[in-house]
Amino acid sequence: MYITRSCLTQILMFRRALYFHIGETEKKCFIEEIPDETMVIGKYRTQLWDKQTGSFLPSTPGLGMHVEIKDPDTKIVLSRQYGSDGRFTFTSHTPGEHQICLHSNSTKMALFAGGKLRVHLDIQVGEHTNNYPEIAAKDKLTELQLRVRQLLDQVDQIQKEQNYQRYREERFRMTSESTNQRVLWWSITQTLILLVTGVWQMRHLKSFFEAKKLV
Amino acid sequence: FSSYHTTTRLLLVPVLWAQLLCGSVWGSELTFELPDNAKQCFYEDIIVGTKCTLEFQVVTGGHYDVDCRLEDPDGTVLYKEMKKQYDSFTFTAAKNGTYKFCFSNEFSTFTHKTVYFDFQVGDDPPLFPNENRVTALTQMESACVSIHEALKSVIDYQTHFRLREAQGRSRAEDLNTRVAFWSIGEAFILLVVSISQVVLLRSFFSDKKTTTTRVGS
Repeated sequence: MYITRSCLTQILMFRRALYFHIGETEKKCFIEEIPDETMVIGKYRTQLWDKQTGSFLPSTPGLGMHVEIKDPDTKIVLSRQYGSDGRFTFTSHTPGEHQICLHSNSTKMALFAGGKLRVHLDIQVGEHTNNYPEIAAKDKLTELQLRVRQLLDQVDQIQKEQNYQRYREERFRMTSESTNQRVLWWSITQTLILLVTGVWQMRHLKSFFEAKKLV
Repeated sequence: FSSYHTTTRLLLVPVLWAQLLCGSVWGSELTFELPDNAKQCFYEDIIVGTKCTLEFQVVTGGHYDVDCRLEDPDGTVLYKEMKKQYDSFTFTAAKNGTYKFCFSNEFSTFTHKTVYFDFQVGDDPPLFPNENRVTALTQMESACVSIHEALKSVIDYQTHFRLREAQGRSRAEDLNTRVAFWSIGEAFILLVVSISQVVLLRSFFSDKKTTTTRVGS
């Protein structure tokens, strides 16, 4: 009974997840642009192509996936090896583009002769990571209180996103100002260089022709 | 009958909890990089009668366009657009099975693109395991539901705004680095050209000088 329940849980947990195919040494990266202090939960499940049955095996032991997560400053936040099914979590400390990369680290390379690995992936960000039944049970909330709690979490996420927007707009403004400055200084410098080289050329050639007694 | 009922209830509760553990929205939202001349496909198993929405937007790269194609389990093309920047397509699944959607950058020779897509399948599952769904929602609860829907659309607009703004931002940063490299490059070229002009002119006149001295002596 418990086995059936856990099987159903497993199946239903990933029944609705998107999947894609990945090659043996291929690295697939996904970008999540998130504000700071945002939680991200990723779940994946892998299936290997079985040439004999001509279908994907339900799960393969010995098949691992390496998950690497980098923050906007390209510093590694998480770099771990997981099994054929895995769940990874991280909370962002800087706002920006975080990169989540997956690549397989198969121990039995021979199995990969078919070359296809099916990866089911589900990445949830921010308030979607909240487990409302668990929160309701822990804090003993009524249905109405739980709904209000969900609304509060959503509004919190909106506020964080707007703060992040302000930060991005500031960066954009600084980049534009910097380009403006650079173009201005370059125009002045270019004019100066032109004038200086022009004057130098004239003087040099004049002294050269005078030395040659042509002038 | 009562034992069957209890078993189903015992099975149903963890099953619903498992569904809810996945998050309150049945949707996948991903941003990935599509290299030049590449095609990336995603698959999803959908039940007949489910209303689904596929939305995509090209975030960075080239002319911000990508080919998109959505096929049903029998291979019938439900949606096909070439070189589109962003679009949204809603359909109701007519068959059970695996639906496939692909993004292609095969027309581009050297620009790789970043594509964002959001694939929503069905409606949100309810917040609570439904044991008392027979009773209608109270006024407060329905107010909460409508606020929730409104906030979801606010978050959706924010996402699309962020993606649009990311396009402008990456162009501005590109421009900034290009201006820097170009300025240094052009200064260097100017100096090289002006010095070589003088050297070349000098070389013309030094040949003439040797010929004149030979003639003179």
